[in-house]
Amino acid sequence: MSMDTTDLPMVRFGRYLRDNPIIPLLVFLVLMIAVLEILRPGIVTPVRAGRDGLISTFWVGNLIKFAIPLAMLAACQVLTMLTAGIDLSVGVVATVSAFVCATLSAIWGVTPAVLIALSAGLVVGVVNGIGVGLVRVHPLIMTLGTGLIATGCLQVYQRLVINAGTEIPAFLAWLGTGRTAGMPNGLFVFIPFALFILWLMRYTGFGRLLFALGSNEQAAKLSGVRAWQVYLGLYVLSSLIAALAGLLYLGMIRQTSLSLANPLLLPSVAAAVIGGTSIFGGRGSFAGAIVGALILRVLDTMLTLMQMPEGARTALFGLIILAVTALYVRITGTR
Amino acid sequence: MSSTPLLDASDVAKSFGAVRALTNAHLTVAEGEIVALMGANGAGKSTFVKIITGALKPDAGQVLIRGKQAFVGSPAEARRSGLVPVYQEPSLIPDLDVSDNLRLTDTPVEQFQNWVTELGIEGLKLSAMIGDLPLATLRILDLARALAVEPDVLLLDEMTAALPTDLVERVLKTVRRKANDGMGVIYVSHRFTEISELCDRATVLRDGMSVGDLDIEPGVEERVVELMLGQKIDIGTRQILQTNEPQANTPRLSIKSLAFEPSFSDVSFDLFPGEVLGVVALEGQGQDELFEVLAGFDRPSSGSMEVDGKPVNFAHPADAIAVGITFVPGDRSDALLAQRSVKENIALPFSARLKNWGPIKLRHERDRVAYAVEKLQIDTRAQGEVQRLSGGNQQKVTIGRWLATGVETLLLFDPTRGIDVRTKRQIYPLVRELADQGAAVLFYTSELEEIPLACDRAVVIFHGRVVDVIDAADADEQTLMRAAYGLTEAEGTA
Repeated sequence: MSMDTTDLPMVRFGRYLRDNPIIPLLVFLVLMIAVLEILRPGIVTPVRAGRDGLISTFWVGNLIKFAIPLAMLAACQVLTMLTAGIDLSVGVVATVSAFVCATLSAIWGVTPAVLIALSAGLVVGVVNGIGVGLVRVHPLIMTLGTGLIATGCLQVYQRLVINAGTEIPAFLAWLGTGRTAGMPNGLFVFIPFALFILWLMRYTGFGRLLFALGSNEQAAKLSGVRAWQVYLGLYVLSSLIAALAGLLYLGMIRQTSLSLANPLLLPSVAAAVIGGTSIFGGRGSFAGAIVGALILRVLDTMLTLMQMPEGARTALFGLIILAVTALYVRITGTR
Repeated sequence: MSSTPLLDASDVAKSFGAVRALTNAHLTVAEGEIVALMGANGAGKSTFVKIITGALKPDAGQVLIRGKQAFVGSPAEARRSGLVPVYQEPSLIPDLDVSDNLRLTDTPVEQFQNWVTELGIEGLKLSAMIGDLPLATLRILDLARALAVEPDVLLLDEMTAALPTDLVERVLKTVRRKANDGMGVIYVSHRFTEISELCDRATVLRDGMSVGDLDIEPGVEERVVELMLGQKIDIGTRQILQTNEPQANTPRLSIKSLAFEPSFSDVSFDLFPGEVLGVVALEGQGQDELFEVLAGFDRPSSGSMEVDGKPVNFAHPADAIAVGITFVPGDRSDALLAQRSVKENIALPFSARLKNWGPIKLRHERDRVAYAVEKLQIDTRAQGEVQRLSGGNQQKVTIGRWLATGVETLLLFDPTRGIDVRTKRQIYPLVRELADQGAAVLFYTSELEEIPLACDRAVVIFHGRVVDVIDAADADEQTLMRAAYGLTEAEGTA
């Protein structure tokens, strides 16, 4: 009798999870929400209070609302990680975009402000793309550098517009804080955005090339792919997404600062990695990153509820990210 | 001599996902015995080798060395137990020099140097960086390093691939001598001539099972092939017998005095549509670089290239592809996206150009990929990830990529290296068929007997220059061998 491991249920289960990496993530998300409910009964299922049904749409709406900008920045990480890169300038780009938009809205009106804010992102993206694609600087260094340069420029810019005051465009505030049927209006932007990214990764030539470059750049070259074009397109796209996320975030927070979206940078990397994207390239999922972003938001809520001191919270946050990623890798056999 | 074999692997089984690589493999090696491990690609040879050396864990079965359960789960353990492998890919670290590499594996330097000299490499400096040494030298160093630790069992995986003939002779002689001193050898190879010269016995794998254990005697080749294939097929008759006359007056590809110093200095030939032009060359005569220049990876240092009568100058492989010149490299790992699907690998060139970055034409892609898979009979059981396919099927994917896009000029660099007889036999007629349909094919092979099987004419490259053009269809191996060694030229000029 020969051993046929293909029929062992555990092996089959592992392979199934590997082919559908989103499933363990969703299970984990639900488990975390259950733990949250146990820690603070009624937060998720306000049956007694009867605020809005079996599951609090207010709470779920809030969870989604804050996950949106994080998931958008995570998209930047997923796309760049597919090519074994990373984009560390997204936090700064989002901040710059929000700051420029808020200040210029007060001077020139909303439409030019939004366009200029997005152009600022475009400029950073072009520089990143040229650095990574043509000069062949490592993406980590390149985007770290442009992020710092953009921060510096923002501080100079702030002195120029210091007297103009700020204005949050009404439609951004509506997107950022408004709700429709209990769900945040940000979804009006995010759902088409998410569908676009999923489509881009799966059904376009550009998406294929991202996977190809991350798997084997030599093979891509052999097939006639001019890598620099792809890198340029990729980093421009990443910065534009970051700039867009910055505008949404501005509407959500409704105030500006010189480091508004910067704290989202590392969670965006974490969301991508938790979501099953390999930092070594060639493997990644935006759907996973969205669930990753939701997991991080639930985690944040949980740690806040436990009323821990800030330091312990941050440390625990890091620890849990490591644990989740390790567990996930163990289950699915991916990296 | 003890009755316990040096190595005894029995009932070994291993699966990767849905693919059962091994179901029931056996191998024994007695003291002083050289055993050939043979099998078509996909038969489970590589997996078996990895299990024997401890690089992979079997699902079932055991590996005993001197009667003791040797398998612990790491190559280091296997090494300590007396089994030392020499793999097809040199396992030396390119960024370290020779002596550092020796230190990493605790190899005694003096013995190592003795073996290096014995194997025919002269003037090796211990301070030489591994990355600067030619491939053939590295393989010899790998072997010398293995011999220096006096192994009980030596495993040689395609040891002579990419070695020039004189070094092959040395290697075979040395291995034979060590076996006479009592060392056991597992010899993994596709080359019958070496096996019949060297080995005592052959164990044949097919579909993950040991299907036969034969003593090497005259005529055993037929029997081995029979076992490997599971059916009797003759090797090496040209299946399409006609030789194609050039179908046009203008060559598809014409190169004149092309040079890429220091690798090759004077290469000229015309490649016509409908023709398969062979390249006969010993290892390292500049053919690697020639193909890379033709494919657009490197710019020539001088000389001219014309495609359909128009001068061309390639800055990137994309430029070569744009005029219909497509390249299948010798190293499959340079051509494949290991973790991606068969479909994505074959369809990769469709998305390469900027204008095709948009939505994928799904039906077009499906049809073209299906065409290539069908044409090459690619085994798609493990199509989710190309790395799970056998070597032969991986090679088919790299060729299939260009079949799917439509072949005009195909540069095939050693397309049959390290693949099984069955796949080889599919490749020759395919190459002929492409030519019949009007494609121009440049075909380099490290195995001379393939030249008459696949080619119409062949250019002979020696020391970076074209020294001869021969009619391939009726060239016998001796003629080719003499040509490859530059002997015909000597006669011609004398």
